[in-house]
Amino acid sequence: MRVNLTVNGRPQQADDVWEGESLLYVLRERLGLPGSKNACEQGECGSCTVRLDGVPVCACLVAAGQAEGREVVTVEGLATGGDGTELSLVQQAFTDAGAVQCGFCTPGLLVAADELVRRNPDPSDADIREALSGNLCRCTGYEMILDAVRLAAARAGEAG
Amino acid sequence: MATARTPAGLAAGAHGGIGESVPRPDGTLKVTGEFAYASDLWHEDMLWGVTLRSPHAHARILSTDVSEALATPGVYAVLTHGDLPAATRYGLEIQDTPVLADGVVRYHGEPVALVAADHPETARRAAARIRVAYEELPVVHDEESATAPGAPLLHPARDDAHAAHVPHPNVVHRQPVLRGDVAAARARAAAVVTGDYEVGMQDQAFLGPESGLAVPAEDGGVDLYIATQWLHADLRQIAPVLGLPEDKVRMTLSGVGGAFGGREDLSMQAHACLLALRTGKPVKMVYNRFESFFGHVHRHPARLHYEHGATSDGRLLYVKARILLDGGAYASSSPAVVGNAASLAVGPYVVDNVDVEALALYTNNPPCGAMRGFGAVQACFAYEAQMDRLAGRLGLDPVAFRQRNAMEQGAVMPTGQVVDAPAPVAELLRRVKARPLPPERPWETAGGGPDVRALPGGLSNTTHGEGVVRGVGYAVGIKNVGFSEGFDDYSTARVRLEAVAGQPVATVHTAMAEVGQGGVTVHAQIARTELGVSHVVVRPADTRVGSAGSTSASRQTYVTGGAVRHACRTVREKVFALGRARFGAYHPAWAHAELLLEGGKVTTDAGEVLADLAEILEDEVIDAESEWRHRPTEPFDLRTGRGNGHVQYSFAAHRAVVDVDTELGLVKVVELACAQDVGKAMNPLAVTGQIQGGTTQGLGLAVMEEIVVSADGLVRNPSFTDYLIPTILDTPAIPVDILELADEHAPYGLRGAGEAPTLSATPAVVAAIRAATGLPLGRVPVRPEHLTGT
Repeated sequence: MRVNLTVNGRPQQADDVWEGESLLYVLRERLGLPGSKNACEQGECGSCTVRLDGVPVCACLVAAGQAEGREVVTVEGLATGGDGTELSLVQQAFTDAGAVQCGFCTPGLLVAADELVRRNPDPSDADIREALSGNLCRCTGYEMILDAVRLAAARAGEAG
Repeated sequence: MATARTPAGLAAGAHGGIGESVPRPDGTLKVTGEFAYASDLWHEDMLWGVTLRSPHAHARILSTDVSEALATPGVYAVLTHGDLPAATRYGLEIQDTPVLADGVVRYHGEPVALVAADHPETARRAAARIRVAYEELPVVHDEESATAPGAPLLHPARDDAHAAHVPHPNVVHRQPVLRGDVAAARARAAAVVTGDYEVGMQDQAFLGPESGLAVPAEDGGVDLYIATQWLHADLRQIAPVLGLPEDKVRMTLSGVGGAFGGREDLSMQAHACLLALRTGKPVKMVYNRFESFFGHVHRHPARLHYEHGATSDGRLLYVKARILLDGGAYASSSPAVVGNAASLAVGPYVVDNVDVEALALYTNNPPCGAMRGFGAVQACFAYEAQMDRLAGRLGLDPVAFRQRNAMEQGAVMPTGQVVDAPAPVAELLRRVKARPLPPERPWETAGGGPDVRALPGGLSNTTHGEGVVRGVGYAVGIKNVGFSEGFDDYSTARVRLEAVAGQPVATVHTAMAEVGQGGVTVHAQIARTELGVSHVVVRPADTRVGSAGSTSASRQTYVTGGAVRHACRTVREKVFALGRARFGAYHPAWAHAELLLEGGKVTTDAGEVLADLAEILEDEVIDAESEWRHRPTEPFDLRTGRGNGHVQYSFAAHRAVVDVDTELGLVKVVELACAQDVGKAMNPLAVTGQIQGGTTQGLGLAVMEEIVVSADGLVRNPSFTDYLIPTILDTPAIPVDILELADEHAPYGLRGAGEAPTLSATPAVVAAIRAATGLPLGRVPVRPEHLTGT
């Protein structure tokens, strides 16, 4: 089947999609966007988190056909500037705070954290933990991920 | 962050050198989604490979029919044992692991056949059409069934180096450690405590699944792009399986999504290459999470029996211990895990009388091998529980009791090895204890109702504080750094220095597997410090340079870091020689002063600038390759365990604070403070991240993580739905206190850091739960039913 969707603001079309394929498979294998990660493919780890019409979802649990006509934002769509070369606040904060080690969980965490700081500009630690509780990280022990989200929120506050 | 006795003057002058919290060079690629992990690789015209695995833990293969699978449209190849072109077995130390099952399967999930097809789903469906007829065999699943008269032998024809000295053919390796006179010490003991302990099977649960891309080459060889921990060990095992010389198998490290020991053994490496060579097409293999649980070895589950005796004033007199590890169906690194468990069995304490026996079994359970902490984790859980119980028996404070028996520099290990570097065991305990305790009842809010997120059970809203009891516990551990027992544990580094557009640029090339730990960051920092340049390029790791050894045993900063430093210093001497040749006639300092490379210039030790590096280099390229070794170690005596078996020891201590819902058996870890000596914090931010990550894996073993294997050898929970690892809600604040007591034998005084925090986190958490509940809790992970007695 053919699936039409908007990814990171650009209309995209995927052909020869099997009915059983997930949105994650279409993004990674058909649209050349491997940033969303395939750590569990069963909705437990959050590494494939994308925004579907604004709502964070696990792309592995969304059938490709369900994305027909909808807006998807992936990690590749977070960077800003005209050509997407300027890191967004959460991206910069993750690199500055040491929140990235192996980095496999990072794309999903960034999409979730970006959604959080847009929705809640001054999140408490409990708010951050709740918002990111669907994203597993095996390397960091999460402390520097908390640091990064606090940093991103503080910088967003300074920037007004 | 405390600093004491660091080597002076090393980091001077180079921005981004050692000791600074330099950001990762791959950080930007990782946050933009552009970093190419092994599972992201793509090649024109590539096929997808999948594995058919055994549904039984022990069975004979009566027949295999691949015809229906082969006839599936889109399928290019199906391979079974009979199709293997050369060597049919491999292994890290003992070549006992079939590439594909050879008539018998010995564990649930053992690879039986391979399929390559043009879509992963086509390959999976074709694999399901392979007809394998099995005859189930009796399952060996514990010590009793493995050593009973007439027990099935897992490897009846074994002829490995351990076969001659083991007490039973189903024992992979046995290592005693004997010191002093335990019987005489027991007669003098005022307090004796015995205990039985059990550690469940933990999984590394790295997030990036096993994956790689094999591309057949025109010369009949193959190029493999792969996520691994040690390229050259893979190469040594893959080439014989393919029947190719090693130079026809070219390996490049792709992005690695964590490892923690789980990538030391081969997974799909040889399989992808076999399919690529058979089909003549590039073949990609990516395990899903279900398959990943079957596709790599796990941490050895263990049963441990301990007996400790002490004087009435709290001096340890003796320790007697038996550590039984389940190695599963194949050897993997079981012998080395046994060596660690045996030699580190009494912990970081002075004990003059020791009788330890550690052994690993062959069973039909999943193969076990390397995981962070490697033999020391299991022992630490047991000896720290014993220390608490002994302190309780003697009426002593558990921290004071540990400090009274803590080893210091100059102490003698049970193996006879002298600890000849700082061993600040008592100080680490003092530091975690001196830290203020977190506030009680953290769920109470000013506004009235509880914040359930701070309670055991969290958002499940299972308690509002009723039945919740707090506990505090302590633990400390000892881990060896680097490969032990006489292993030739070297690393290779190639360093190049040249002027590019008038600026000096250094290039570092090693085969070190960057798995997330930050080795690439630290190696660039070393080059900046040693060469006084700011621009350093770290080349991708591949097999075009010599081995860097394994990214395991907390060794890469030490050993490959040592190789990078040595290569840089060789380059530096060549620069000085070139400078003397070009400019020596103009200034006597070239001949007489001590020369330094700083800020892109050659200076004297008095700070006088002699020349710009770029001026000296002009269009010369200076390079050097070094093979670097730490000081040698010795094997442990097979009867007594004596020997200088380890390179270096690493120490960490934890204090855990927990809230336990005693009615439902739910645990909330409130804080898990760590103090660790790292010798030299080469990158404080990165080493803190290692300590926090290791601590969290120890927390997982304490209260969550276990691969459940039934008595018939079947894995019951191969998914992240049923095998739980800590989320950000399960993980507490982890304050870290870093000591830097230099080890004069190590580069920059550093101490391998990655594993030690994984040891003591587990017993500290369980000690805190015992303090809260009064329950003995001899098994990890602690489950709700252990706390409620239901």
